[in-house]
Parts: sequence; structure tokens; C-alpha cells
Amino acid sequence: MADLVPASELELAEAVRSARGSLAIRGGGTRAPQAEGDVLSIAGLTGITLYEPGALTMTARAGTSMSEIGEALAAEGQRLAFEPWDARAVLGRSGTPTLGGCVATNASGPRRVSAGACRDAILGLRFVDGSGEILKNGGRVMKNVTGLDLVRLMCGSRGTLGAITEVSLKLLPGVAATATLTAEGLSVEQAVRAMAAALGTPFEVTGAAHEPQAGATHLRLEGSEASVSYRAERLAAALGDHGAWSVAQGEGPWPRIRDAADLAGEADLWRISVRPSRAPEVVRALPGRYLLDWGGGLVWAEAPPGTDLRADLPGIGHATLLRAAPETHARLGSVQPEAEAVARLTGGIRDTFDPSGRFRARPVAA
Amino acid sequence: MQMPEPDGRILSRKAEVVRRLAEVLSDDALIHAPEELRAYECDALTAYACPPLAVVLPVSTEEVAACLKVCHEERVPVVPRGSGTSLAGGALPTADCVILGVSRMTEVLETDYADRIIRVQTGRTNLSVTGAVEADGFFYAPDPSSQLACAIAGNIAMNSGGAHCLKYGVTTNNLLGATVVLMDGTVVELGGAHMDAGGLDLLGLVCGSEGQLGVVTEATLRILPKPEGARPCLIGFDASETAGQCVSDIIKVGILPVAIEFMDRPCIRATDDFSGAGYPDCAAMLIVEVEGSDAEIDEQLGVITQIARRLDPVEVRVSQSEEESARIWLGRKSAFGAMGQLNDYICLDGTIPVGELPHVLRRIGEMAKGYGLEVANVFHAGDGNMHPLILFNANEDGQLETAERLGEDILRLCVEVGGCLTGEHGVGVEKRDLMAAQFDVPDLEAQMRVKDVFDPGWLLNPAKVFPLETSAARRAVAAE
Repeated sequence: MADLVPASELELAEAVRSARGSLAIRGGGTRAPQAEGDVLSIAGLTGITLYEPGALTMTARAGTSMSEIGEALAAEGQRLAFEPWDARAVLGRSGTPTLGGCVATNASGPRRVSAGACRDAILGLRFVDGSGEILKNGGRVMKNVTGLDLVRLMCGSRGTLGAITEVSLKLLPGVAATATLTAEGLSVEQAVRAMAAALGTPFEVTGAAHEPQAGATHLRLEGSEASVSYRAERLAAALGDHGAWSVAQGEGPWPRIRDAADLAGEADLWRISVRPSRAPEVVRALPGRYLLDWGGGLVWAEAPPGTDLRADLPGIGHATLLRAAPETHARLGSVQPEAEAVARLTGGIRDTFDPSGRFRARPVAA
Repeated sequence: MQMPEPDGRILSRKAEVVRRLAEVLSDDALIHAPEELRAYECDALTAYACPPLAVVLPVSTEEVAACLKVCHEERVPVVPRGSGTSLAGGALPTADCVILGVSRMTEVLETDYADRIIRVQTGRTNLSVTGAVEADGFFYAPDPSSQLACAIAGNIAMNSGGAHCLKYGVTTNNLLGATVVLMDGTVVELGGAHMDAGGLDLLGLVCGSEGQLGVVTEATLRILPKPEGARPCLIGFDASETAGQCVSDIIKVGILPVAIEFMDRPCIRATDDFSGAGYPDCAAMLIVEVEGSDAEIDEQLGVITQIARRLDPVEVRVSQSEEESARIWLGRKSAFGAMGQLNDYICLDGTIPVGELPHVLRRIGEMAKGYGLEVANVFHAGDGNMHPLILFNANEDGQLETAERLGEDILRLCVEVGGCLTGEHGVGVEKRDLMAAQFDVPDLEAQMRVKDVFDPGWLLNPAKVFPLETSAARRAVAAE
């Protein structure tokens, strides 16, 4: 059957109501594992419907491409706080990332450590649940505690509760200058200690990453030119015990770190969320290449195809399987299995929003 | 405002319920004598009061679980309570409920500066979380006005904000993990010291759920290094519209102040008399605070005052010293107290899109005139979170009801212009019956279905958040 590409939210709700089998919700097809069932595409729901630079607020339909959003923001000197990562490099995909896919996966980049995750920047959203009901939660204002927060629930729900149709975002002003402090040759233990020390200073570090292959540890500062140069000097001095830090102006390595672009390849790829100070323990248990972001709180790790990396990593927050054969996704589960009491709640919520299991498609061979 | 009739069957079983609770608690942790229950009959929404059936004050997650298990088995509703500072009636009891207070759970369980987290029992007050880490140069960012008294448990239940959340976010953005006890006594761990959820973000769901999904007993909070310095400037205008324009211009130029606070003339006069802050007598005043080193602060305040001066201000005053900064903030921080000395008031909490500020302020003035009441405005202008204070005389018959009607009209206006009923105080009982103004039936139904998953018996804080008629069927089934 051809993909379903509804042109409006109403059409999308109708498509869900009249569907017989399972549906795989698809934005740009750049992130999700290939899944069984008919593809329900949100590509027909496009366009920025509201942009108020003076209120740091934008609303856009879920199929709007991230590049269109980026261009609109750049024209006003603004940006997304959470620096969404682009999965195309590591997954070898060629589609166009969409806002919906970004929100459904809570795609958050290096600035997570200071400005928060994608889920922290979503003010409100609309979605169609598994019964074909159109629902809304949150709004378009910065502070809103009216009713239960289904916004956070939907953000990162990976298309299992409903199809997100529209999203309101909180924005950040752009910056005039970016500088990167880099130290070479630190061990992973030294690097994690240095990043923690940096993030504990008042100098507003907006990126802290360690690239072991390059042997480099990076810290990012953003702001006005005078402020960045002042903080770069102070930060390098404060970290004198942690290594020798060189300072470079400009965008630096951050796009490549954000996307873990150096980990493109054939091995399985995992994204491990861990208490930052425990990153060195995780790294010691890893079988292959890795990258640390979020001051150590995010470990991108390669593993031989089919390996259950979670079995070797007790005590982590969780590990998400990103790149693997469909059989591996199906066998290990893309997301970390939950403790029993949590799983009962999660299961109850899935049954609530998707009673017929329409959105619980299993991964299949591409 | 209506509350459901208490369940006579529960009232008649009080002795048995108390006996069973006493079995799982130490002697001084259970209150059931009528004269002692009066201390728990209301929260900061003092217009409504009702003594509960009993009060339990457990000291640990295990005791909380044991109490909830008893209440679950006895089918007694439970109203969780932090410090009782809710302005929305979030902790208002019914006569047939047990109040579960966390005020004796105040321990710091863990502090870790490398991971920038603190884990606390949730009865700890907001300000004393910062107190536990500030000697080492850190702070906990959400800063509700009641921070001296309010508990982290209540902050999480209401997803509290504060003056500085324009830069640092509200509670949900600073909460990394929670120990949650469900109504049946099950203990659930959500999140932790890591930075995102693996599966569904249940932590985000629990934060702001007004004690309707579970009782949060322990919390892992994000702490931040204190900035090198902070300094406010004060800008007075002869029209609210111009102050609104100034806020928008500051944000558009690319500066993100840590706070932008707004006060109108009635509020400026009252707070200045009260605090001696030395405010200019003008139609509208902004307090804009920025952070960083001295040079960084000078740079940002330079841009801000330049923008302000283009708008023909009545006064621009940049703080030159710690003392002057404290004085500028003193009036703002004592605003509610100052207004309380002059009048009884209802404090609203609607949020609007920042661009609608001039229009909404004008409409509020017109509406107030229509009701023959006065409204003073003080709010977080950077994020559009308004706090109109409706002034009235509680001793005059019918004035409270008139003030409440005006409040409802103002909140409906907030929703009409694209905003919401509550930005940081919560729905509680106060805005419960207005929920239909913001949400359609299916939206409310979806939220209630989520409560069904966590609390199928609708025993946890059941008469809050959702309009009584909307939740009636669920509460009736629970009572059978």
C-alpha cells in the first residue's frame, strides 16, 4: 500500500480512524528504525503558522523541515535552544529532518547541559491519538501549568502514543560569538573531571565533549564578543590543573559532535544516558569507538552487530539502540526495558492513547 | 466554589481509619483531634477552609507508602500537602480526606557538585535547597515568591516558577529524578542523575500533576553555579504600552535578561510606601536584571538602557551597588505583602503572549471599572506571566464573589488572546471550573485517562484540577 500522506490534521485523524492494520508514523524518515505497517507520513503538514521574535515563540506544523525553521530563525538572529542533532550522518539516511520527528525523539544536542533538552523548549503541541482523536496540550506561552503536562509525555514518545501535528517552541536569541577551548591528550577520567569542573564555573559553558579518537576535550562558550573572550581567559585559567587549553574562535567541532558524525559506519550504535561522573566506568566496558557529550552524561558507543550492550552496563540511566539490523532492534528493544512498576504505568498510558495498538509497529527489514 | 459532599460512610469509620494509620506511624505523626485539625483546614487560598478527617506527617518514603496503602484499602481520599502555601487551593481538604503532609521530610540525601545535582526529601523548603549548596557557589534556580516557606513537594506538584525562570526555566526544567509513591503504596523511581528519559517521560508527567498521580517523596534537582554577579536596572514609563514595547525590544535585540518584572502605578505606590524602595511615581515600571562579570553586566545594561531611552522613559536607574540592587528588588519582592496591608486581594496567575500585554492591561482596567473594583498589576513580563491583584473588602457582603467573577473574566481574556489560566500557581480548586475555557472535552478526557492509569480509584486529590461535573462519574465510581 502507498504511504498515507494526509494534507491536514483533520485528514490525518480520518486516516487513523479508518486504518485497519498498524501504522508507522514517519516525518522525514531520518531517525526511526524501519517498521512494519503502513507508513503514515506527516510530510503534508507543513508551514510555520506563527513566529513572534519579540516573544521568543514559534509555532509550526509537524512536517515542517528543520532547515526551513532554521532559516526563518536565522533571519531574525534567533535559534533553537536545544540544538537538535541530525541523525542522517550516523544512520546513513537521506531524507529531510522534520520538526515532528525531532520532538518525537526529544532530539537534543550539546547545549542540553545549559539550555535544556528538546522537551524543555516545547511550549505546546497538538496530536492525533490512536483512536483518531485530535488533542492539544500546553499552549504558545512561556509559562503554563494548566492541567496535566502531556507535552513532556509526547516529547520523546517516538510515535507510540500519537502523531504530533503541530508544535509551539520556545526560542533563544542568537549569539555574536562562539569560542571553543580544547585540551589534548586527556584520559577519559581526566576529561570527565575537567568537563565537570568547567560546568561548575560561572562562565556558562554551553558544550562539554570528549573525542577520544582525536584525543581532544572541548568546551564551548557563546555570547557577545567581549563576554566570550573574557570568559575564555577566565575558564582556561580556572582549568589550569586539568590540562593546557587552546582557544579557537568560530563554530568549531560542535556540529560534528552534535551529530556524532565521526561514528558513521556499519557497527551497531548506541546512545547511553548516564550520570556524568560515571562515564569513565561505562567507557571501560565499551567494545568499540565512542564519543562523550553533555560533560560525560551522553555516551555515543559503537558495538559489534547484535551485541546487547545494556547487559554490560549496569547502573546506567538507559541506553537507546540507534543503528542496528531490524532483527537486533526487535530482539533487544530500541529503548531500555523499564522496571516493572514503571512498565505498568507506561503500558497503561500506551493503552490509553492507543487502545488498538495501531502505533506499536515492530521493526522490520528495510 | 463548590466542594463535593463528604462521604458519610468514611466519616462514620473515622475511628477505624485512625486506628489503622496509627499502626503504621509513630505517635506524634498522626493528628486527629478536631482542635488540632484546624491548622490544616486551608492553604494560602484562605477564602476556603474545611478540617480534614485526619493528618499524617510521615518521615520516610516507607511511611508514606504505608499510609497510602491504608487509605487505599479503606478507600479514603488523600490530599498531599507540602508547606500549604498554594494560592490555588491545591491542598484544600475535604471533611472525608486524610491530609498527607511531607513537612517532616526535610533531609538532604546527597549533594554532588561534579554532577551538579542535589537529592532531597521533598518536605525541604525551596530556599533551604539553595541554602545547602550556596556556600560552595551553587544554587537551585526556581524561585517562587514563597520560597522561604514553600516545599519542593509543592513546587513539583505545581511545577512552580519564579522571577528568574526567563533564563533558568521552571521546576520541570530543573527536576532530574523523583521517588514517587502511588496511591496503592507502590514506590516508583523516575529519572535520576542522568539527563533524559529512556522511555516515556513520566517524570515530566508527574511534575505539575497537582498531587493527583502520586506523592513525590524524594527529588533529584539540578543545581547551577552562581553567576559572578547580577545587577538590575529600573525603568519607568508613563504608559503600560511603552513598557510592553520595551520588553519586546529588549528580547528582539538578542539579550536574555535573567528577569524582567513589571509593576503598574497602584502596585508601585503601595510597594514603595511599604518598602521605601524609592520607586518613581509612574504608570509602569520595569525591573530588568542581567548576570555576569561587572564588564558583562555593564555591556548588557548599556544596550538595555539605550533601548529604553529611545522610548522616552520617565526614569532609567541602573543600580550602582549591592544595596541599591537590594532596594530595587525589595519593593517587587514585597509586592504581595504590601498589597495585603491595604486590601484583601485575589492574586491571578494567567499567562499571555508577550505581544498582547498592552491590549490585556487596557482590557483589565475596563473590566475592573465595570465591576467597580481596582486591580493592581505585578508580573513576570519577560514570559507574559501576569499577576493581576484584584483588590476588594472581604468584610463587605458579596465583594468576594464580585472579585471572583472579575477574576474569571480576566482569565478568560488570557485564554482568548492565546494564553492560559495559570502560569505557575496551578489550577487547584481556584481555576478548576474554568478549565473548559481552555480545553475541549476530549483534551480534559485525555488528561483524566492518564490519572486513571496512576490512580484508578480517584482517591488522590480528587476534587481538584478538573471541573467537578467533568470528573463526577469517575469520583462516583470510586466512592462505590
